[in-house]
Amino acid sequence: MANPALARSGSVTSAASNDAVVQVREICKNYGDVEALRGINLEFERGKLTTLLGPSGCGKTTLLKIIAGLVPATSGEICVNGHAVTGPGPERAFVFQDFALMPWATVLRNVGFGLELKRVPAAERDRTARRYIEQVGLAGFEQKYPHELSGGMRQRVGIARAFAVNADVLLLDEPFSAVDEQNRRKFQEDLLRLVELEKKTFIFVTHSIEEAVYVSDRIVLLSPRPGRVSQVIDPMIDRSASPDDIRRDAGYLDVVEEIWQGLRQYAE
Amino acid sequence: MQMSISPAKIDNGIGASQEAPSTTAEMIRTFADERRSFWIVVSLAVLFITWEIAGRVPISFAFPTFLETVSAFGEMVADGSMHRAYFLTLQPLVLGIVVSAIVGIGLGVAMGLSDKAEWLLAPVFIVLQAAPMAALVPLVTFVYGIGLTAKTLAVIMLALPVIVLNSYKAVRHVNPSLVDMCRSFQGSRMQQIFKIIIPDASPVLFAGLRLGIAAGFIGVMLAELLITPTGIGDLITYHRSVANYAHMYAAVASIIAVSTLTLAGLQYVETHLLRPEKRRK
Repeated sequence: MANPALARSGSVTSAASNDAVVQVREICKNYGDVEALRGINLEFERGKLTTLLGPSGCGKTTLLKIIAGLVPATSGEICVNGHAVTGPGPERAFVFQDFALMPWATVLRNVGFGLELKRVPAAERDRTARRYIEQVGLAGFEQKYPHELSGGMRQRVGIARAFAVNADVLLLDEPFSAVDEQNRRKFQEDLLRLVELEKKTFIFVTHSIEEAVYVSDRIVLLSPRPGRVSQVIDPMIDRSASPDDIRRDAGYLDVVEEIWQGLRQYAE
Repeated sequence: MQMSISPAKIDNGIGASQEAPSTTAEMIRTFADERRSFWIVVSLAVLFITWEIAGRVPISFAFPTFLETVSAFGEMVADGSMHRAYFLTLQPLVLGIVVSAIVGIGLGVAMGLSDKAEWLLAPVFIVLQAAPMAALVPLVTFVYGIGLTAKTLAVIMLALPVIVLNSYKAVRHVNPSLVDMCRSFQGSRMQQIFKIIIPDASPVLFAGLRLGIAAGFIGVMLAELLITPTGIGDLITYHRSVANYAHMYAAVASIIAVSTLTLAGLQYVETHLLRPEKRRK
């Protein structure tokens, strides 16, 4: 176990830190008779990217939507910046798996939509939207409609929209699952750059082990039926190396293997 | 000399010239590949030629040719009977459709948004849609006489249920992920309805409106044929009774044309005002 790239938190509930932006306390969720989540306790540190990883049916998307305030928990509590929340709030922004772009609106209006709902004046809204459109690499596409863009470009619009409202916490629900493999890699690299640049807290849901290890500061492994936290892993990967070197790094590969060993019992 | 050349070139450009068959054929081919309007014209031409041939056979002594019908139409426009008939027919039609559209979309959207409104209203409109309305139209006359009210009611009875049920379906099929998106950015319920639900529902909403308008045309014709012999219905009945078959067909064809153009106009309004992304194809 002399792997320097692998440090594991001692207990399933991660140690309390003063810098937790989001605290998840004893969250349970039942859909009728089906128990989707049982007794989830987690803390998400400011400025870090934490991934919720697990096989399908482990409730990772449900947990993310509970944190977002889109789905009510059956019991338990979510605290953001120390305050309990029950619904969506301005300090959290969501990136959807299916992009959730308005097909009748241009890229510019889609990106500025969060600000439009907050009644930000049009000039300021467009200025902010244009800045984030450029940041996600879509400059020149402001007047296009979503159906004129590729899947990868549509998700860039979704990410720009979430950034534009300047939330502390970004919640990403399998954002790259509808994007092809080549674009996904490019996306992961861009995401790391944005994490560096924006200094925000990211909570990221994926079912791809490689993706989780590549982008995360911390990985929360969930086990299915009912969803519980089975393991918390900090893959201390040196991100100063080039993306290709990271993907070949022994530490990276060991973490991937470690997680696979933990999850293989749930594979059918 | 120069002057006489350029108009000829323009003729060629339009494709009307018979002097250069190879380029004209090419022109028609490229036009047919690119333009939908070409096929609409071809489709109508086939219909009219078939009609003309059937009229000349003739398949029945009461079946006029296409050209006879066109000239009868011209005659009725010239003597003003067409205008007078449309003046009478369009009043209940427009009134009934406007009322059905406003009330129908309003009720349908309310039913889509609220379960209680659905439980309250859905059974009524499902029964109304299933009912054979032609049987109810004479009852309306019995109660409201033969005036504008009865004709307008006949239009509403046919148009309203279709519009209500389609609007309801439209709202229920709104992309839930877009609604979640609006909630996640703290949109109010009003913003959710007007910025997400109605725009996303608009294609089905408009499909319902188109069906409703078509039903409204049926309603007004039923009323004019069954209850109050006025307007276009009267024109049809009168010319049938005096065996002016070309005039009768001209009146029938004209109401079909008006109905078709109205629906096409609505489609134009929809794509150009509400869903700009559908224009670019």
